[in-house]
Amino acid sequence: MATEPPRAPRPTAAVAPPAAAGAERIRLEARALCAFFGSAEAVRDVSITFRDREVTAIIGPSGCGKSTLLRCLNRMHETVPTARVAGSVSLDGQDIYARGINAIEVRRHVGMVFQRPTPFPTMSIRDNVAAGLQILGRDKPSRAETDHIVEDALKRTALWDEVSTRLKDSAVGLSGGQQQRLCIARALATRPAVLLLDEPTASLDPISTQKVEELVYELRRDMTVVIVTHNMQQAARVSDRTAFMLTGELVEFTATNTLFTTPSDSRTEAYITGRFG
Amino acid sequence: MTGTNPSHGPMAPPRPPVRTARPSVMQRAAAERTRTTIGRRRAINVVMVGITFAAALVATLPLIFILGHLVKAGASSINWDFFTQIPKPPGEAGGGMANAMVGTLVLILAASAFGLPIGIGAGLYLAENRGTHLANAVRFLSDVLNGLPSIVMGIFAWQFLVKPMGKFTALAGGIALGAMMIPLVTRTTEEMIRIVPVSLREAALALGYSRWRTSLIVVLRTALPGIVTGALVAVSRIAGETAPLLFTVLGNQFWSASLREPIAALPLQIFNFAISPYDQQHALAWAGALVLIGIVLIISLAARFATRSRFGRGGD
Repeated sequence: MATEPPRAPRPTAAVAPPAAAGAERIRLEARALCAFFGSAEAVRDVSITFRDREVTAIIGPSGCGKSTLLRCLNRMHETVPTARVAGSVSLDGQDIYARGINAIEVRRHVGMVFQRPTPFPTMSIRDNVAAGLQILGRDKPSRAETDHIVEDALKRTALWDEVSTRLKDSAVGLSGGQQQRLCIARALATRPAVLLLDEPTASLDPISTQKVEELVYELRRDMTVVIVTHNMQQAARVSDRTAFMLTGELVEFTATNTLFTTPSDSRTEAYITGRFG
Repeated sequence: MTGTNPSHGPMAPPRPPVRTARPSVMQRAAAERTRTTIGRRRAINVVMVGITFAAALVATLPLIFILGHLVKAGASSINWDFFTQIPKPPGEAGGGMANAMVGTLVLILAASAFGLPIGIGAGLYLAENRGTHLANAVRFLSDVLNGLPSIVMGIFAWQFLVKPMGKFTALAGGIALGAMMIPLVTRTTEEMIRIVPVSLREAALALGYSRWRTSLIVVLRTALPGIVTGALVAVSRIAGETAPLLFTVLGNQFWSASLREPIAALPLQIFNFAISPYDQQHALAWAGALVLIGIVLIISLAARFATRSRFGRGGD
Protein backbone atom coordinates (compact mmCIF):
# COMPACT_ATOMS: atom_id res chain seq x y z
CA MET A 1 0.00 0.00 0.00
CA ALA A 2 1.34 3.34 -1.05
CA THR A 3 0.23 5.37 1.95
CA GLU A 4 2.62 4.52 4.72
CA PRO A 5 0.89 5.35 8.03
CA PRO A 6 2.46 7.88 10.36
CA ARG A 7 4.09 5.55 12.81
CA ALA A 8 6.75 7.51 14.62
CA PRO A 9 9.30 5.67 16.75
CA ARG A 10 8.12 4.76 20.22
CA PRO A 11 9.07 7.13 23.01
CA THR A 12 12.20 6.03 24.77
CA ALA A 13 10.63 4.10 27.59
CA ALA A 14 13.00 2.42 29.98
CA VAL A 15 11.25 -0.91 29.78
CA ALA A 16 8.82 -1.66 27.01
CA PRO A 17 5.82 -3.27 28.69
CA PRO A 18 4.44 -6.45 27.20
CA ALA A 19 1.79 -5.73 24.64
CA ALA A 20 1.00 -9.10 23.15
CA ALA A 21 -2.46 -8.77 21.69
CA GLY A 22 -5.05 -10.95 23.34
CA ALA A 23 -2.77 -11.91 26.19
CA GLU A 24 -4.49 -9.79 28.81
CA ARG A 25 -7.89 -10.26 30.28
CA ILE A 26 -10.79 -7.94 29.57
CA ARG A 27 -11.15 -5.25 32.18
CA LEU A 28 -13.82 -2.98 30.79
CA GLU A 29 -16.47 -3.88 28.30
CA ALA A 30 -19.27 -1.90 26.66
CA ARG A 31 -22.14 -3.84 25.11
CA ALA A 32 -24.64 -2.31 22.69
CA LEU A 33 -23.93 1.09 24.27
CA CYS A 34 -26.02 4.03 23.12
CA ALA A 35 -25.67 7.54 24.56
CA PHE A 36 -28.09 10.39 24.07
CA PHE A 37 -28.22 14.13 24.61
CA GLY A 38 -31.94 14.71 24.75
CA SER A 39 -33.16 12.99 21.62
CA ALA A 40 -29.83 13.23 19.77
CA GLU A 41 -27.92 9.97 19.70
CA ALA A 42 -24.21 10.67 20.18
CA VAL A 43 -23.07 7.06 20.51
CA ARG A 44 -24.90 4.36 18.57
CA ASP A 45 -24.80 0.68 19.48
CA VAL A 46 -21.11 0.48 20.34
CA SER A 47 -19.65 -2.76 21.66
CA ILE A 48 -16.00 -2.62 22.61
CA THR A 49 -13.60 -4.23 25.07
CA PHE A 50 -10.67 -2.71 26.91
CA ARG A 51 -8.00 -5.09 28.14
CA ASP A 52 -5.87 -4.90 31.22
CA ARG A 53 -2.36 -3.48 30.79
CA GLU A 54 -3.15 -2.11 27.37
CA VAL A 55 -3.59 1.35 25.94
CA THR A 56 -6.62 1.69 23.71
CA ALA A 57 -6.91 4.77 21.54
CA ILE A 58 -10.21 6.09 20.22
CA ILE A 59 -9.85 8.22 17.10
CA GLY A 60 -12.29 9.88 14.77
CA PRO A 61 -13.33 13.28 13.46
CA SER A 62 -14.86 15.97 15.73
CA GLY A 63 -18.36 15.14 16.87
CA CYS A 64 -18.04 11.42 16.17
CA GLY A 65 -18.94 10.56 19.77
CA LYS A 66 -15.53 9.46 20.98
CA SER A 67 -15.52 11.72 24.04
CA THR A 68 -19.11 10.77 24.83
CA LEU A 69 -18.21 7.09 24.64
CA LEU A 70 -15.33 7.75 27.04
CA ARG A 71 -17.61 9.62 29.44
CA CYS A 72 -20.01 6.67 29.48
CA LEU A 73 -17.23 4.46 30.83
CA ASN A 74 -17.11 6.23 34.21
CA ARG A 75 -20.68 7.47 34.24
CA MET A 76 -19.66 11.10 33.66
CA HIS A 77 -22.06 11.28 30.73
CA GLU A 78 -25.04 11.33 33.06
CA THR A 79 -23.82 14.50 34.84
CA VAL A 80 -24.99 16.50 31.81
CA PRO A 81 -28.67 17.45 31.99
CA THR A 82 -30.89 15.49 29.53
CA ALA A 83 -28.10 12.96 28.95
CA ARG A 84 -29.02 9.28 29.05
CA VAL A 85 -27.40 5.93 28.37
CA ALA A 86 -28.71 2.61 27.03
CA GLY A 87 -26.87 -0.70 26.89
CA SER A 88 -24.33 -1.80 29.45
CA VAL A 89 -20.76 -1.19 30.58
CA SER A 90 -19.09 -3.72 32.82
CA LEU A 91 -15.97 -3.29 34.89
CA ASP A 92 -14.43 -6.64 35.82
CA GLY A 93 -17.73 -8.30 34.95
CA GLN A 94 -19.87 -5.96 37.05
CA ASP A 95 -22.35 -3.78 35.17
CA ILE A 96 -21.63 -0.21 36.32
CA TYR A 97 -25.10 0.91 35.25
CA ALA A 98 -26.83 -1.82 37.26
CA ARG A 99 -29.33 -0.88 39.93
CA GLY A 100 -27.64 -0.24 43.27
CA ILE A 101 -24.27 0.67 41.77
CA ASN A 102 -23.19 4.15 42.86
CA ALA A 103 -21.70 6.39 40.16
CA ILE A 104 -19.32 7.86 42.75
CA GLU A 105 -17.94 4.41 43.52
CA VAL A 106 -17.47 3.75 39.79
CA ARG A 107 -15.51 6.98 39.30
CA ARG A 108 -13.14 6.07 42.11
CA HIS A 109 -12.10 3.02 40.14
CA VAL A 110 -12.21 4.59 36.70
CA GLY A 111 -10.17 7.81 36.78
CA MET A 112 -10.40 10.54 34.19
CA VAL A 113 -8.25 13.37 32.84
CA PHE A 114 -9.67 16.08 30.64
CA GLN A 115 -8.63 18.08 27.62
CA ARG A 116 -7.71 21.17 29.61
CA PRO A 117 -5.74 20.92 32.85
CA THR A 118 -8.11 21.28 35.80
CA PRO A 119 -6.07 21.81 38.97
CA PHE A 120 -8.21 23.02 41.88
CA PRO A 121 -7.13 26.66 42.22
CA THR A 122 -7.78 26.88 45.94
CA MET A 123 -5.55 23.93 46.76
CA SER A 124 -1.79 23.55 46.95
CA ILE A 125 0.08 21.15 44.67
CA ARG A 126 0.12 18.52 47.40
CA ASP A 127 -3.55 18.93 48.24
CA ASN A 128 -4.46 18.69 44.57
CA VAL A 129 -2.80 15.31 44.26
CA ALA A 130 -4.35 14.19 47.54
CA ALA A 131 -7.80 15.53 46.63
CA GLY A 132 -9.15 12.14 45.66
CA LEU A 133 -7.91 10.59 48.91
CA GLN A 134 -9.63 13.12 51.16
CA ILE A 135 -13.07 11.76 50.38
CA LEU A 136 -12.46 8.12 51.19
CA GLY A 137 -14.13 8.42 54.59
CA ARG A 138 -12.99 5.58 56.83
CA ASP A 139 -10.38 4.43 54.30
CA LYS A 140 -8.76 7.85 54.21
CA PRO A 141 -5.00 7.42 54.60
CA SER A 142 -3.11 9.09 57.41
CA ARG A 143 -1.10 12.25 56.82
CA ALA A 144 2.15 10.38 56.45
CA GLU A 145 0.60 7.82 54.14
CA THR A 146 -0.93 10.62 52.09
CA ASP A 147 2.46 12.32 51.77
CA HIS A 148 3.89 9.02 50.59
CA ILE A 149 1.12 8.49 48.02
CA VAL A 150 1.48 12.08 46.78
CA GLU A 151 5.22 11.65 46.32
CA ASP A 152 4.69 8.35 44.54
CA ALA A 153 2.07 9.79 42.18
CA LEU A 154 4.23 12.81 41.40
CA LYS A 155 7.22 10.56 40.71
CA ARG A 156 5.18 8.42 38.35
CA THR A 157 4.21 11.52 36.39
CA ALA A 158 7.83 12.72 36.40
CA LEU A 159 6.74 15.85 38.22
CA TRP A 160 8.41 15.22 41.56
CA ASP A 161 11.77 16.75 40.67
CA GLU A 162 10.05 19.86 39.35
CA VAL A 163 7.73 20.51 42.29
CA SER A 164 9.14 18.71 45.35
CA THR A 165 10.41 21.98 46.84
CA ARG A 166 7.12 23.82 46.44
CA LEU A 167 4.41 21.32 47.31
CA LYS A 168 2.62 23.96 49.38
CA ASP A 169 2.42 26.46 46.51
CA SER A 170 -0.64 27.01 44.40
CA ALA A 171 -1.11 24.54 41.57
CA VAL A 172 -2.16 27.43 39.34
CA GLY A 173 1.45 28.60 39.25
CA LEU A 174 2.56 25.54 37.27
CA SER A 175 2.89 25.54 33.49
CA GLY A 176 0.13 24.03 31.36
CA GLY A 177 2.06 20.81 30.82
CA GLN A 178 2.91 20.52 34.50
CA GLN A 179 -0.73 21.16 35.41
CA GLN A 180 -1.84 18.36 33.11
CA ARG A 181 0.67 15.93 34.59
CA LEU A 182 -0.52 17.06 38.03
CA CYS A 183 -4.05 16.13 37.01
CA ILE A 184 -2.85 12.72 35.91
CA ALA A 185 -1.04 12.35 39.25
CA ARG A 186 -4.27 13.31 41.00
CA ALA A 187 -6.12 10.63 39.08
CA LEU A 188 -3.40 8.04 39.83
CA ALA A 189 -3.30 8.75 43.57
CA THR A 190 -6.53 6.85 44.19
CA ARG A 191 -5.11 3.81 42.33
CA PRO A 192 -7.83 3.44 39.71
CA ALA A 193 -8.07 0.23 37.66
CA VAL A 194 -8.78 2.20 34.51
CA LEU A 195 -7.62 5.65 33.43
CA LEU A 196 -9.60 7.56 30.83
CA LEU A 197 -7.80 10.36 29.00
CA ASP A 198 -9.92 12.77 26.97
CA GLU A 199 -7.54 14.45 24.51
CA PRO A 200 -5.02 15.02 27.30
CA THR A 201 -2.50 16.84 25.11
CA ALA A 202 -4.87 18.98 23.06
CA SER A 203 -3.90 22.16 24.91
CA LEU A 204 -0.20 21.37 25.39
CA ASP A 205 2.98 22.29 23.55
CA PRO A 206 5.03 19.57 21.79
CA ILE A 207 7.50 19.03 24.64
CA SER A 208 4.76 18.66 27.25
CA THR A 209 2.85 16.43 24.83
CA GLN A 210 5.83 14.14 24.55
CA LYS A 211 6.15 13.90 28.33
CA VAL A 212 2.48 12.98 28.68
CA GLU A 213 2.78 10.42 25.90
CA GLU A 214 5.77 8.80 27.58
CA LEU A 215 3.78 8.70 30.77
CA VAL A 216 0.78 7.07 29.07
CA TYR A 217 3.11 4.51 27.57
CA GLU A 218 4.46 3.72 31.03
CA LEU A 219 1.07 3.57 32.71
CA ARG A 220 -0.01 0.46 30.87
CA ARG A 221 2.34 -1.58 33.00
CA ASP A 222 -0.26 -1.75 35.71
CA MET A 223 -3.55 -0.43 34.43
CA THR A 224 -6.00 -0.13 31.60
CA VAL A 225 -5.70 3.14 29.70
CA VAL A 226 -8.23 4.51 27.23
CA ILE A 227 -7.17 7.64 25.36
CA VAL A 228 -9.32 9.76 23.08
CA THR A 229 -7.25 11.72 20.61
CA HIS A 230 -7.55 13.86 17.53
CA ASN A 231 -3.99 13.12 16.69
CA MET A 232 -3.49 9.92 14.71
CA GLN A 233 0.26 9.98 15.18
CA GLN A 234 -0.34 10.05 18.90
CA ALA A 235 -2.68 7.06 18.70
CA ALA A 236 -0.06 5.23 16.67
CA ARG A 237 2.68 6.09 19.17
CA VAL A 238 1.04 5.21 22.45
CA SER A 239 -1.68 2.63 21.88
CA ASP A 240 -1.87 -1.14 21.51
CA ARG A 241 -5.31 -1.11 19.97
CA THR A 242 -7.16 1.62 18.17
CA ALA A 243 -10.87 2.17 17.67
CA PHE A 244 -12.09 4.34 14.82
CA MET A 245 -15.45 6.03 15.29
CA LEU A 246 -17.63 7.89 12.83
CA THR A 247 -21.00 9.58 13.45
CA GLY A 248 -21.51 7.77 16.71
CA GLU A 249 -20.68 4.31 15.43
CA LEU A 250 -17.66 2.13 15.97
CA VAL A 251 -16.32 1.54 12.47
CA GLU A 252 -13.26 -0.50 13.18
CA PHE A 253 -11.46 -1.73 16.28
CA THR A 254 -8.27 -3.71 16.03
CA ALA A 255 -4.57 -3.72 16.87
CA THR A 256 -3.09 -0.28 16.27
CA ASN A 257 -0.53 -1.63 13.86
CA THR A 258 -3.18 -3.32 11.76
CA LEU A 259 -5.55 -0.37 11.77
CA PHE A 260 -2.90 2.01 10.49
CA THR A 261 -1.38 -0.35 7.91
CA THR A 262 -4.18 -2.56 6.61
CA PRO A 263 -7.54 -1.16 7.67
CA SER A 264 -10.41 -3.40 6.66
CA ASP A 265 -13.00 -0.64 6.32
CA SER A 266 -12.76 1.85 3.47
CA ARG A 267 -13.94 4.67 5.76
CA THR A 268 -11.06 3.99 8.16
CA GLU A 269 -8.64 4.05 5.29
CA ALA A 270 -10.09 7.32 4.02
CA TYR A 271 -9.74 8.89 7.47
CA ILE A 272 -6.21 7.73 8.27
CA THR A 273 -4.96 8.76 4.85
CA GLY A 274 -6.35 12.24 5.45
CA ARG A 275 -9.09 12.21 2.85
CA PHE A 276 -11.56 13.69 5.38
CA GLY A 277 -11.87 14.68 9.04
CA MET B 1 -8.63 26.27 -9.33
CA THR B 2 -9.10 30.01 -9.78
CA GLY B 3 -7.18 31.93 -12.35
CA THR B 4 -4.81 33.57 -9.88
CA ASN B 5 -1.16 32.76 -9.82
CA PRO B 6 -0.72 30.22 -6.98
CA SER B 7 2.27 32.05 -5.62
CA HIS B 8 0.14 35.20 -5.22
CA GLY B 9 -2.98 33.64 -3.75
CA PRO B 10 -5.87 35.71 -2.48
CA MET B 11 -4.28 35.86 0.97
CA ALA B 12 -0.88 37.14 -0.22
CA PRO B 13 0.12 40.35 1.61
CA PRO B 14 -0.05 43.56 -0.43
CA ARG B 15 3.24 44.35 -2.03
CA PRO B 16 5.00 47.39 -0.56
CA PRO B 17 4.72 50.40 -2.87
CA VAL B 18 7.71 50.71 -5.12
CA ARG B 19 9.57 53.93 -4.40
CA THR B 20 10.01 55.73 -7.64
CA ALA B 21 12.28 58.72 -7.97
CA ARG B 22 9.44 61.21 -8.07
CA PRO B 23 5.84 60.48 -6.91
CA SER B 24 3.23 60.97 -9.53
CA VAL B 25 0.45 63.52 -9.18
CA MET B 26 -1.98 60.74 -8.34
CA GLN B 27 0.29 59.38 -5.63
CA ARG B 28 0.71 62.78 -4.05
CA ALA B 29 -3.04 63.32 -4.04
CA ALA B 30 -3.56 59.95 -2.36
CA ALA B 31 -0.96 60.74 0.26
CA GLU B 32 -2.64 64.06 0.93
CA ARG B 33 -6.02 62.33 1.40
CA THR B 34 -4.48 59.84 3.80
CA ARG B 35 -2.91 62.66 5.80
CA THR B 36 -6.18 64.53 6.19
CA THR B 37 -8.07 61.32 7.09
CA ILE B 38 -5.53 60.47 9.74
CA GLY B 39 -5.60 64.02 11.00
CA ARG B 40 -9.38 63.92 11.38
CA ARG B 41 -9.24 60.57 13.14
CA ARG B 42 -6.65 61.89 15.54
CA ALA B 43 -8.78 64.94 16.32
CA ILE B 44 -11.88 62.82 16.97
CA ASN B 45 -9.81 60.55 19.17
CA VAL B 46 -8.58 63.46 21.28
CA VAL B 47 -12.12 64.83 21.68
CA MET B 48 -13.55 61.46 22.66
CA VAL B 49 -10.84 60.75 25.20
CA GLY B 50 -11.42 64.23 26.60
CA ILE B 51 -15.16 63.66 26.97
CA THR B 52 -14.80 60.31 28.71
CA PHE B 53 -12.11 61.74 30.98
CA ALA B 54 -14.42 64.60 31.94
CA ALA B 55 -17.22 62.12 32.63
CA ALA B 56 -14.91 60.05 34.81
CA LEU B 57 -13.91 63.18 36.71
CA VAL B 58 -17.52 64.31 37.23
CA ALA B 59 -18.43 60.82 38.42
CA THR B 60 -16.01 61.12 41.34
CA LEU B 61 -16.78 64.77 42.13
CA PRO B 62 -19.82 64.13 44.38
CA LEU B 63 -17.77 61.87 46.63
CA ILE B 64 -14.96 64.41 46.79
CA PHE B 65 -17.37 67.27 47.63
CA ILE B 66 -19.20 65.20 50.23
CA LEU B 67 -15.99 64.05 51.88
CA GLY B 68 -14.59 67.57 51.81
CA HIS B 69 -17.67 69.06 53.40
CA LEU B 70 -17.93 66.29 56.00
CA VAL B 71 -14.33 66.81 57.03
CA LYS B 72 -14.87 70.57 57.26
CA ALA B 73 -18.08 70.33 59.25
CA GLY B 74 -17.48 67.20 61.28
CA ALA B 75 -13.76 66.71 61.84
CA SER B 76 -13.66 69.28 64.65
CA SER B 77 -16.17 67.21 66.66
CA ILE B 78 -14.25 63.98 66.30
CA ASN B 79 -12.24 63.39 69.43
CA TRP B 80 -11.72 60.68 72.03
CA ASP B 81 -15.08 61.42 73.65
CA PHE B 82 -16.86 60.98 70.37
CA PHE B 83 -15.77 57.33 70.27
CA THR B 84 -16.20 56.61 73.99
CA GLN B 85 -19.15 58.66 75.28
CA ILE B 86 -22.87 58.37 74.82
CA PRO B 87 -24.85 61.46 73.76
CA LYS B 88 -25.28 64.20 76.36
CA PRO B 89 -28.73 65.71 77.01
CA PRO B 90 -29.64 68.47 74.52
CA GLY B 91 -27.86 71.74 75.17
CA GLU B 92 -24.94 70.22 77.06
CA ALA B 93 -21.53 70.31 75.47
CA GLY B 94 -19.52 67.17 74.72
CA GLY B 95 -20.78 63.65 74.42
CA GLY B 96 -20.30 61.17 71.62
CA MET B 97 -21.81 58.40 69.59
CA ALA B 98 -20.11 55.36 71.06
CA ASN B 99 -23.40 53.61 71.73
CA ALA B 100 -24.54 54.25 68.16
CA MET B 101 -21.35 52.75 66.76
CA VAL B 102 -21.72 49.67 68.94
CA GLY B 103 -25.37 49.53 67.90
CA THR B 104 -24.51 49.67 64.20
CA LEU B 105 -21.98 46.90 64.74
CA VAL B 106 -24.56 44.73 66.52
CA LEU B 107 -27.09 45.39 63.76
CA ILE B 108 -24.55 44.48 61.04
CA LEU B 109 -23.71 41.24 62.83
CA ALA B 110 -27.38 40.35 63.31
CA ALA B 111 -28.19 41.20 59.69
CA SER B 112 -25.25 39.14 58.44
CA ALA B 113 -26.15 36.18 60.63
CA PHE B 114 -29.63 36.23 59.12
CA GLY B 115 -28.93 37.34 55.54
CA LEU B 116 -25.64 35.68 54.58
CA PRO B 117 -26.54 31.99 55.08
CA ILE B 118 -29.85 32.44 53.29
CA GLY B 119 -28.35 34.55 50.50
CA ILE B 120 -25.38 32.24 49.88
CA GLY B 121 -27.59 29.15 50.07
CA ALA B 122 -30.09 30.62 47.62
CA GLY B 123 -27.27 31.68 45.27
CA LEU B 124 -25.81 28.17 45.35
CA TYR B 125 -29.24 26.75 44.58
CA LEU B 126 -29.74 29.14 41.65
CA ALA B 127 -26.32 28.36 40.20
CA GLU B 128 -26.72 24.60 40.53
CA ASN B 129 -30.28 24.44 39.24
CA ARG B 130 -30.17 26.84 36.35
CA GLY B 131 -33.10 26.87 34.01
CA THR B 132 -35.61 25.20 36.30
CA HIS B 133 -38.91 27.03 36.79
CA LEU B 134 -38.31 27.43 40.49
CA ALA B 135 -34.85 28.89 39.93
CA ASN B 136 -36.17 31.37 37.37
CA ALA B 137 -38.96 32.40 39.73
CA VAL B 138 -36.57 32.81 42.66
CA ARG B 139 -34.17 34.84 40.53
CA PHE B 140 -36.95 37.15 39.39
CA LEU B 141 -38.38 37.63 42.87
CA SER B 142 -34.89 38.23 44.18
CA ASP B 143 -34.44 41.06 41.67
CA VAL B 144 -37.78 42.53 42.72
CA LEU B 145 -36.78 42.32 46.37
CA ASN B 146 -33.51 44.05 45.49
CA GLY B 147 -35.46 47.01 44.16
CA LEU B 148 -37.83 47.15 47.12
CA PRO B 149 -37.67 50.58 48.81
CA SER B 150 -36.06 50.22 52.21
CA ILE B 151 -38.89 52.09 53.91
CA VAL B 152 -41.23 49.30 52.78
CA MET B 153 -38.92 46.77 54.35
CA GLY B 154 -39.08 48.78 57.58
CA ILE B 155 -42.88 48.87 57.60
CA PHE B 156 -42.96 45.16 56.84
CA ALA B 157 -40.63 44.37 59.74
CA TRP B 158 -42.72 46.60 62.02
CA GLN B 159 -45.92 44.76 61.05
CA PHE B 160 -44.58 41.25 61.41
CA LEU B 161 -41.91 41.59 64.09
CA VAL B 162 -42.36 44.70 66.20
CA LYS B 163 -46.12 44.51 66.56
CA PRO B 164 -46.31 40.82 67.58
CA MET B 165 -43.37 41.26 70.02
CA GLY B 166 -44.94 44.38 71.45
CA LYS B 167 -41.73 46.44 71.45
CA PHE B 168 -38.99 47.87 69.29
CA THR B 169 -35.95 45.58 69.25
CA ALA B 170 -32.51 45.39 67.69
CA LEU B 171 -33.48 41.93 66.46
CA ALA B 172 -36.28 43.31 64.29
CA GLY B 173 -33.85 45.84 62.78
CA GLY B 174 -31.25 43.16 62.17
CA ILE B 175 -33.79 41.00 60.36
CA ALA B 176 -35.03 43.92 58.26
CA LEU B 177 -31.45 44.76 57.24
CA GLY B 178 -30.64 41.09 56.69
CA ALA B 179 -33.63 40.74 54.40
CA MET B 180 -32.24 43.64 52.39
CA MET B 181 -28.90 41.85 52.08
CA ILE B 182 -30.41 38.58 50.83
CA PRO B 183 -31.09 39.51 47.18
CA LEU B 184 -27.70 41.17 46.79
CA VAL B 185 -25.83 38.23 48.29
CA THR B 186 -27.94 35.75 46.31
CA ARG B 187 -27.14 37.33 42.98
CA THR B 188 -23.43 37.86 43.60
CA THR B 189 -23.10 34.29 44.90
CA GLU B 190 -24.85 32.94 41.82
CA GLU B 191 -22.67 35.00 39.49
CA MET B 192 -19.46 34.02 41.27
CA ILE B 193 -20.36 30.32 41.20
CA ARG B 194 -21.33 30.55 37.56
CA ILE B 195 -17.89 31.77 36.55
CA VAL B 196 -16.27 28.71 38.14
CA PRO B 197 -15.47 26.64 35.04
CA VAL B 198 -17.59 23.54 34.43
CA SER B 199 -14.35 21.64 33.86
CA LEU B 200 -13.43 22.12 37.52
CA ARG B 201 -16.76 20.68 38.62
CA GLU B 202 -16.28 17.75 36.23
CA ALA B 203 -12.77 17.15 37.52
CA ALA B 204 -14.11 16.81 41.06
CA LEU B 205 -16.95 14.54 39.98
CA ALA B 206 -14.51 12.37 38.03
CA LEU B 207 -12.43 11.95 41.19
CA GLY B 208 -15.44 10.41 42.88
CA TYR B 209 -16.67 13.53 44.68
CA SER B 210 -20.37 13.50 45.42
CA ARG B 211 -22.48 16.35 44.11
CA TRP B 212 -22.80 18.20 47.40
CA ARG B 213 -19.09 17.78 48.12
CA THR B 214 -18.24 19.10 44.67
CA SER B 215 -20.46 22.12 45.23
CA LEU B 216 -19.25 22.84 48.72
CA ILE B 217 -15.55 21.98 48.65
CA VAL B 218 -14.52 22.71 45.09
CA VAL B 219 -17.03 25.13 43.57
CA LEU B 220 -17.95 27.24 46.59
CA ARG B 221 -14.34 27.40 47.77
CA THR B 222 -13.16 28.52 44.35
CA ALA B 223 -15.85 31.19 44.27
CA LEU B 224 -15.27 32.23 47.88
CA PRO B 225 -13.23 35.42 47.33
CA GLY B 226 -15.95 36.78 45.07
CA ILE B 227 -18.69 35.75 47.49
CA VAL B 228 -16.88 37.44 50.38
CA THR B 229 -16.62 40.59 48.29
CA GLY B 230 -20.33 40.43 47.52
CA ALA B 231 -21.13 39.96 51.20
CA LEU B 232 -18.99 42.95 52.19
CA VAL B 233 -20.58 45.11 49.52
CA ALA B 234 -23.98 44.10 50.89
CA VAL B 235 -22.85 44.94 54.43
CA SER B 236 -21.56 48.35 53.40
CA ARG B 237 -24.85 49.02 51.69
CA ILE B 238 -27.00 48.23 54.70
CA ALA B 239 -24.63 49.87 57.20
CA GLY B 240 -25.97 53.29 56.29
CA GLU B 241 -29.65 52.37 55.90
CA THR B 242 -31.93 54.50 58.04
CA ALA B 243 -35.46 53.82 56.87
CA PRO B 244 -35.72 50.17 57.95
CA LEU B 245 -34.45 51.16 61.39
CA LEU B 246 -37.02 53.90 62.03
CA PHE B 247 -39.80 51.40 62.65
CA THR B 248 -37.77 48.61 64.16
CA VAL B 249 -34.93 49.57 66.51
CA LEU B 250 -36.24 53.05 67.38
CA GLY B 251 -32.89 54.29 68.62
CA ASN B 252 -31.51 54.53 72.12
CA GLN B 253 -29.78 57.32 74.03
CA PHE B 254 -28.06 54.85 76.34
CA TRP B 255 -25.74 51.87 76.17
CA SER B 256 -27.36 48.71 74.86
CA ALA B 257 -26.04 45.80 72.88
CA SER B 258 -29.02 43.55 73.55
CA LEU B 259 -30.98 42.15 70.63
CA ARG B 260 -34.18 42.29 72.71
CA GLU B 261 -34.04 46.03 73.40
CA PRO B 262 -34.23 49.16 71.28
CA ILE B 263 -30.72 49.97 70.12
CA ALA B 264 -28.88 53.05 68.88
CA ALA B 265 -27.49 53.13 65.34
CA LEU B 266 -25.26 55.64 63.57
CA PRO B 267 -27.67 56.53 60.74
CA LEU B 268 -30.53 57.00 63.20
CA GLN B 269 -28.40 59.08 65.53
CA ILE B 270 -27.28 61.25 62.63
CA PHE B 271 -30.90 61.70 61.58
CA ASN B 272 -32.06 62.62 65.09
CA PHE B 273 -29.23 65.07 65.68
CA ALA B 274 -29.57 66.63 62.24
CA ILE B 275 -33.22 67.55 62.82
CA SER B 276 -32.60 68.82 66.35
CA PRO B 277 -32.47 72.59 66.96
CA TYR B 278 -29.02 72.58 68.62
CA ASP B 279 -25.87 73.56 66.69
CA GLN B 280 -23.81 71.35 68.93
CA GLN B 281 -25.83 68.28 67.90
CA HIS B 282 -25.58 69.33 64.26
CA ALA B 283 -21.82 69.22 64.56
CA LEU B 284 -22.02 65.77 66.10
CA ALA B 285 -24.28 64.65 63.23
CA TRP B 286 -21.65 65.76 60.71
CA ALA B 287 -19.00 63.91 62.65
CA GLY B 288 -21.21 60.82 62.75
CA ALA B 289 -21.67 61.01 59.00
CA LEU B 290 -17.93 61.20 58.54
CA VAL B 291 -17.39 58.16 60.74
CA LEU B 292 -20.14 56.26 58.90
CA ILE B 293 -18.46 56.95 55.57
CA GLY B 294 -15.16 55.90 57.11
CA ILE B 295 -16.71 52.58 58.18
CA VAL B 296 -18.12 51.97 54.69
CA LEU B 297 -14.74 52.85 53.20
CA ILE B 298 -12.97 50.36 55.46
CA ILE B 299 -15.45 47.63 54.52
CA SER B 300 -14.92 48.41 50.82
CA LEU B 301 -11.16 48.16 51.27
CA ALA B 302 -11.64 44.85 53.07
CA ALA B 303 -13.73 43.69 50.12
CA ARG B 304 -10.91 44.50 47.71
CA PHE B 305 -8.42 42.74 49.95
CA ALA B 306 -10.62 39.66 50.14
CA THR B 307 -10.65 39.33 46.35
CA ARG B 308 -6.98 38.46 46.43
CA SER B 309 -6.56 34.73 46.61
CA ARG B 310 -4.83 32.84 49.37
CA PHE B 311 -1.73 32.37 47.27
CA GLY B 312 -1.31 36.05 46.50
CA ARG B 313 -2.21 35.63 42.84
CA GLY B 314 -4.97 37.51 41.11
CA GLY B 315 -8.23 35.62 41.31
CA ASP B 316 -8.86 34.56 37.74
